[in-house]
Formats: sequence, structure tokens, C-alpha cells
Amino acid sequence: MKVKKSTGERIFQVFNYVFLTVITLVCLYPMWHVAVASFSNSNRLMSHTGFLLKPLGFSIQAYIKVFENPMILKGYLNTLFILITGVFADLVLTSIAAYFFSRKNVLFKKPLMLLIMFTMFFSGGTIPFYLTLKDMHLIDTRWGLIIPFMISTYNMIIMRTSFEAIPESLTEAARIDGAGHITILVKVILPLSKAILAVMVLYYGVSIWNGWFWATAILRDREKYPLQVVLREILISNDSQGMNAGAVGDAEAVAQSIRYATIMVATVPILLVYPFLQKYFASGVMIGAVKE
Amino acid sequence: MKKYTGDRIKKDFQRNWSLYLLVIPVIIFYAIFMYKPMYGAIIAFMDYTPAKGVSGSDWVGFANFTRFFSSPYFVRLLRNTILLSVYSIVFGFPAPIILALLLNEVGNKKFKKISQTVTYLPHFVSMVVICGMIKDFCLSTGLINDIIAFFGGERVPLLQDPKYFRTIYTVSSIWQEVGWGSIIYLSALSGVDSQLYEAASIDGAGKWKQTLHVTIPGIMPTIIVMLILRMGSLMSMGYEKTILLYNSAIYETADIISSYVYRVGLIDQDWSYSTAIGLFNSVINCALLVITNMISKRTTENSLW
Repeated sequence: MKVKKSTGERIFQVFNYVFLTVITLVCLYPMWHVAVASFSNSNRLMSHTGFLLKPLGFSIQAYIKVFENPMILKGYLNTLFILITGVFADLVLTSIAAYFFSRKNVLFKKPLMLLIMFTMFFSGGTIPFYLTLKDMHLIDTRWGLIIPFMISTYNMIIMRTSFEAIPESLTEAARIDGAGHITILVKVILPLSKAILAVMVLYYGVSIWNGWFWATAILRDREKYPLQVVLREILISNDSQGMNAGAVGDAEAVAQSIRYATIMVATVPILLVYPFLQKYFASGVMIGAVKE
Repeated sequence: MKKYTGDRIKKDFQRNWSLYLLVIPVIIFYAIFMYKPMYGAIIAFMDYTPAKGVSGSDWVGFANFTRFFSSPYFVRLLRNTILLSVYSIVFGFPAPIILALLLNEVGNKKFKKISQTVTYLPHFVSMVVICGMIKDFCLSTGLINDIIAFFGGERVPLLQDPKYFRTIYTVSSIWQEVGWGSIIYLSALSGVDSQLYEAASIDGAGKWKQTLHVTIPGIMPTIIVMLILRMGSLMSMGYEKTILLYNSAIYETADIISSYVYRVGLIDQDWSYSTAIGLFNSVINCALLVITNMISKRTTENSLW
């Protein structure tokens, strides 16, 4: 049955498309501006005002300067180390917890779950957490950015919900064959949970990649700085003047395009994997939305 | 109601001992990194110095709290924290719901897909980079000032003027999270029974009435749960962004409780005092969560627990 649309509905449709187009452009433009500006000739960029639709001239000078900065490369390597080790450790511990809480007929499951859920809503606070890391000798180590963050309770609950959906008959069959819990988890549950594992890699990966606060709080040694802390020095503390050895008059101009190029170098890798991960977004959020 | 009697516990351990063994690392993790800091928060009632440790430091009762309440910054911090939170609830919370409702009305699949992909994008750009961009655009020679100047306005360094901080903060947060936030509502929308729409349109309800009487009630449980969760993190939100964006020229509007805790605690190392402020914040947070949950349970029958 085709219902004829009223005039009001048609006006709404037009308005809706126009509005969403504007929103989309507003979300996209800042990224575009940065991308285009990073390839622009730095002097022309300085004197330009308003929107940028295409590069002003073409120059990769800014990128050369960025890669000449040894801190960027070191930051990348540190971030990669924390990312790979961290995501792996997170997955191991989170799936163990999720496995435990998805089992049936376990007497102490409920009180333990309550104790864990409580930590989602109440915490000791920034300072006692910091002092705990200090007691554990995690200050000024990269492990201090990995070990204390191995389980995010929210992620664990998402994973548990997904494990619960796996038919009990499968795990029972393995049990009868004499398989222990680790075997069941590794050989039965995890192979059936590829989608949720992808979501977890995405969630944990993004939070490690983006993390800077605890890195600034606990790291003293600049050699250990992850990328985001290096970026913070360049982008927020305006350190980029120190980076370029150019003539004083040009310093400011070059500095601005260096800032843009730095943003590109730090963001493009994430945006490159983004399309591949996108199909998992919705599934993760949806599982997470399932109520207790 | 299960009873934890000796007999049942024994049976349970016989059956599940290997499972409990497996979960020990998890329990240790929560004990050390969640519950130990909670215990550590007692230094809020002490005059703690690292040299003396928790056991050796002197108790001072509520002195750290009274020091905070009588500090000249207390009113300013509380006002800034509350206003920034209220702004982000009033403007930031409905934004993804509205976006989801609008996207839901789009018939063209391709347009919808592109629109979604692009609006999710800012969520994946790191906070440091986002704030770097905001800082750049807000310079007196930056993009926003170019637009202001184009319309005949005067150029102002926006992040140096206390007037503008809350607006910059709120608008940029919406920009960052509106697309990502809409996913959950879109999936809730796809779950609304299509028969209800048919029934409504047979009854002569137009699009607007259908939205009001079918769509919104259909996604209400999701909205409520998201709102309660949002209320529970109200006072702790935004410290990362604030710390990245603010500077001493705009503390007047930009400094919030959690950024103050960061400065006093991690930078000035005034451990006990900053822990007290943090604890005050946590307790208010927890209370807000419980109260919202209670109100919602009474009025809409939706709740977290």
C-alpha cells in the first residue's frame, strides 16, 4: 500500500536531507581543513583567512619536519608496544572474568558481580589510584599504563552477555569429554565469539591509543612517552616552535603547518583501519545495551 | 533466596573449585586497582605524607573537607562543575536522540550510510588531537574568528576569554559525540514494532503524531537508561578535555572540581587535601546516580537495578 505523502511530510523530508547534509559537512570539515592545510605552503597558509577547500600550493615541508622529530617515532613505538601488549592482556583477563560470570550454578557469582558492578559507580578517586600505582612500583614504567587497566567493567559485562548466549549444550559436551575450564574457554567459547572479540579489540585499542592522562601522570622519562603525550607537547603546550630550525620570521608560519601535519601523522592510521572496524560498532553497542 | 549455608558452600566448591581458581587473577585485579584505592581514600581524613605512609600519618577528621568548603575556590569550582554538567545534559544529551530520529526518517540508504560514517568519525580522533584542533580554530587568527570577522565581528582569542569556555566546550563535545551516541538509539529505533506504525497510520496519525506516540515511547527505556548512566558520571566528566583546553586566564569559568584535584594532587602533591576533594566529588556522583535511578523507577518503571 503506497500512502500519499502530505505537503507537510514532503517539506519535512527536504528539510531533513538539507539538515543532515549540513551536519555531515560540519563533522567532516575540521578534518578536511587540517588535511588540506598540512599540505599547503606555510606562508600562504598564514595569510589565508576562512575556509580551505584545496591546498594552497603544495608542500610536504611540514611532514619532513614532523618526521625529523625523533620524539614522534619514539612515541609511535611506545604506543605500539603498549597497544599490542595491552590489548592482548586486556583480552585474556577480560575473557576469563566474562567466562566466570557467564557460568551457571556458581554460588558466589552474584556477590562477586555486585562487588565488581559497584566499582563502576564509585571509586577511590584519582589520587588514591595514583598512590596505589606508586605502591605497586608502576610509576615511570610502561607497564603502569597496561596492568592497572586490564579490565574495563563495562567491556567485561558486554563480553559476559555475549558468552551467555552460547548454547550450554556445546560447553557441556566438552565437559563430558573431560575438558577443563581453560580448554572450554579457548577451544569452544572464544572461536564462537569472533565478533565480540573484534569489538573488544576496538574498544580497548581505541582507549589505549587515545590515552594520555595517566601517561602524563606517571611517566617521568621522556623516552617512554606514548604518542599522545608527545602530541600534547606539540599541539597543546605549543612546543612546535622549538621543533623547527628555520629562520625566525618564518617560524610561526612553519609552526602552524607542522601542527597540522602532526595531527595528520597521528590520526591517519586510526582512520585507515576505521572502515574495516565499522561493521562491528553497532553490534558492540547493541550487546552493551542489553539490560541486566 | 539462596542461602550460603556450610553444606551448600562445600558442595559448590567441590563442583566449581577449578572455576574459582581461574578467576583468582580477576579478583586480585579488582582488589588491587579498585578496592585498594577506595581504602586509600581514607587519607582524606589524614595529614598524609608519603614518608609516614597510611598507617603512620595523623588523623585530622574532616579538616581537609572544611578547608575545601571554606576555600575561596569552592564556590567557583562547584558552580563551574554544575554549569558545565547542566549544559552538557541539556544540550548534549538530546542531540544524539534527535540525530537518530532524523536519520531514521531518511529513505535513501546510501545517504544514511555516508551520514552515519562521517558523524561517527570525530569519536575516533583522540582527545589530544581534538583539543589541538579546537585550540587552533579558536585563535584570534583561527577559522572561527575568520568567520566572525567575515560577518563584521571583532576578532577575539576565544580561549583567553572566560565568557566563551562553556560554549566552546559544549558545542565541541556535541560535535565529537553526536554520531557515536546516536548508534544506540538507532538500534533501539529499529526494534520498534512496525505494526504499531501501521495501526497508528490506520487511525489517521500523521508522521509527527506517530513519532510522538509510537517512536518516542518505543525508545524511552533506552533513553532513560542512558540518562541514568549519564547522571552517574556527571561530576567526573570532562576533566581530560578541560585540562587540555583551559589556561590560567580562564580558570574563572573553566576550572572544575576534577581539574582542580589534578592540579592540587598530581602537580602540587597535596595528597590528603586533593583526595578529600575527589571523595566529595565521588560521593555526590554516587548520590546523583542513586537519586536518578530512584526517580526513574517511581515514574517510568525503568531503572538500572
